[in-house]
Amino acid sequence: MADYIWLIPFFPAAGFIINSAIGSRASKTSVAWVACLALFLAFLSSAAVFYEFLQLPATARVFEKDIYTWIASGELNVNIGFRLDALSVIMCLVVTGVGFLIHVYSVGYMHGDPGFKRFFIYLNLFVFMMLLLVTGNSLPLMFVGWEGVGLCSYLLIGYWYEKDSAADAGKKAFIVNRVGDFGFLIGVFFLFISLGAQGVWTLNIAEIGQNAHLLNGAVVTVITLLLFVGAVGKSAQIPLYVWLPDAMEGPTPVSSLIHAATMVTAGVYMIARLNFLYSMAPDTLYVIAVIGVLTAFFAASIGFAQYDIKKVLAYSTISQLGFMFVAMGVGAYAAGIFHLMTHAFFKGLLFLGAGSVMHAMSGELDLRKMGGLRKKTPITYWTFFIACLAIAGIPGFSGFFSKDEILWKAFSSSHGDVWIWLLGAATAGMTAFYMFRLFFGTFHGECRASEEVKHHIHESPRVMTIPLMILAFLSLVGGYVGIPHLLGGENAIEKFLAPVFGPEAPMKTALNFDIVRSAWASSGAAGHDGSLELALMVASVLIALLGITLAYIFYIKNPSLPQRFIERYAGLFRWVHNKYFVDEFYDFIFVRGLLKLGGILLKVADGWIIEGAVNGTAAVVKRAGDRLRKMETGYVQEYAFAIIVGAIIVVGYLVVRPIF
Amino acid sequence: MLQENPSDLCFILSGVLFTIGAVGAILRRNVIVVFMCIELMLNAVNLVFIAAASALSSMDGSIFVFFIMTVAAVEAAVGLAIFVMVFRLQDTVNADEMNLLKG
Repeated sequence: MADYIWLIPFFPAAGFIINSAIGSRASKTSVAWVACLALFLAFLSSAAVFYEFLQLPATARVFEKDIYTWIASGELNVNIGFRLDALSVIMCLVVTGVGFLIHVYSVGYMHGDPGFKRFFIYLNLFVFMMLLLVTGNSLPLMFVGWEGVGLCSYLLIGYWYEKDSAADAGKKAFIVNRVGDFGFLIGVFFLFISLGAQGVWTLNIAEIGQNAHLLNGAVVTVITLLLFVGAVGKSAQIPLYVWLPDAMEGPTPVSSLIHAATMVTAGVYMIARLNFLYSMAPDTLYVIAVIGVLTAFFAASIGFAQYDIKKVLAYSTISQLGFMFVAMGVGAYAAGIFHLMTHAFFKGLLFLGAGSVMHAMSGELDLRKMGGLRKKTPITYWTFFIACLAIAGIPGFSGFFSKDEILWKAFSSSHGDVWIWLLGAATAGMTAFYMFRLFFGTFHGECRASEEVKHHIHESPRVMTIPLMILAFLSLVGGYVGIPHLLGGENAIEKFLAPVFGPEAPMKTALNFDIVRSAWASSGAAGHDGSLELALMVASVLIALLGITLAYIFYIKNPSLPQRFIERYAGLFRWVHNKYFVDEFYDFIFVRGLLKLGGILLKVADGWIIEGAVNGTAAVVKRAGDRLRKMETGYVQEYAFAIIVGAIIVVGYLVVRPIF
Repeated sequence: MLQENPSDLCFILSGVLFTIGAVGAILRRNVIVVFMCIELMLNAVNLVFIAAASALSSMDGSIFVFFIMTVAAVEAAVGLAIFVMVFRLQDTVNADEMNLLKG
């Protein structure tokens, strides 16, 4: 298999090409078959590589193959090559596995859409680009994938382009991402020349890893921060998160695949991929952890006050991505990738579930017009319930293991901090609250839809519910690959990823622990490390349960309570409901500021300087021409006269010159 | 002095011929006459070449004369063809009326 790893991105590319070439003539069924089959084959190839990895000793689990010299120019040599190791094989499995399920789901979801074929063409292209991003063995190739997924994201957000809001959201996503990509690209350039200054001209990720020790700390900090700017854009963190909620204008499977399970995690993957650089820059790690936890908290709070179910899920995605960045920031790369994987399962499922709800509700998205769907859509109900439990972090579900691992690492790692843990745990509670607010609001209580919509409520067809069930199963069991040692597991995923991430970041020194331990001891808890971890685990579970209970009280027990609450704190509610007016703020500062700047530049730089230069040149030439044309009298004899006079002058000069 | 060197006479003659040609080419209005004046200038130059060749006992000047005669023949053919066309078009051979290229 080692020589055939290029097959993984090849299959979706082939699906894309076949469907683009024959799609307009082929039937919907065959287009769907080609697209899904491409993903399934890619998934099988990934699984084959994974299986082969399991047979090999941990250190030998790297397949690298260059297939083509892309750029050879002086010191700059870039090959198109693929590299699979423990990290990228997990990403491949997630992308192709979840991607395949979402493709199948889309066959049902998009059935009546006139752009059915276009949709699958874009979707295949997206998966190809995503696989290029995770399997590319050099930074430029990774960047191609990085931009490619951005392009597909743009195309798919604006898929219903005849709607202005969708077209605008697509543009917004693309432009905001461009800010991040700019940082990423500068980071890559800087890395290239800094390594080049040490005599190593390379962009191959493995070679960079081998030579990273040549760089000095300050340079690495700058490089990693610049690359992180790219991750902030792609993975929707503060301050560049604003595009993701708007991206919900795209079809729901797109939100699920691109804006929950795969593309938005590219930033997390990039940091994990370049972990050797990030581990050298503790300052950058701290920045990442702080931005991650602030984003997690901030986005979760916005989730409280949204009525659009997809918007709630979008803010939840931003929040969960924040968690992944916390993991990256405290040096717990394996925990972050673990959460990335479980998040792909349950958040993919939540979006597909929301799609199924929309399908049932004739496209309705407003939480205020739903309710009581439990009886009529039982499969959606139960799968959604499992996903909510998983994201809330209820023990036994996948989200619990990964989220708890991150919180524990945030607390215990030498890069971590107590306040990061506190904010993270609070966010976990808020997540539980708003997810169950969404859940209760959608499936329980009275149905608040109009009679006509109510009449049409029905469970989705099997092509949609089966992916839901598979993802629900994965959300249920996905966490068991990473049972912490504390609970008697061996954290298989961390062990599997260990060759990529190297030794774990050290725990805090004993001194720091002593303070916390004595605090715990005074409250009656036992004093060794294991019990501390257990205590934190119990605490986060209690917080999650508290969130769920509150949601239960607010939305089931006492449905009038939220309304009273809103009236009481009307100002606060309006502030949160309008997403803290961040969009308006950006609009005021950046959009209008740039428009104004553009206006000034149009007037000064373009109007006066550039047009002045061009028109000035034209005017000079025109005036000179006006004068000079008088010389052209049109009389041949005058020309002859001029020639003779000229000849006399020249001859005269030659005659006179020797005299002086 | 003049008798001592016959080629000097030729140079003077050719200078006179060239000047007549040049003045004629500038002042006369009939293009046919202008044309003849140009021929006169060419042949004045030929005369210088021949005289110099004979005085210096060199073939170079004579060879040049052949070229000039060839070019003059070509020029006569083309030039006369142009004048015929201009005459058909404008009914005139007056140089002053041929000013279509006036700027």
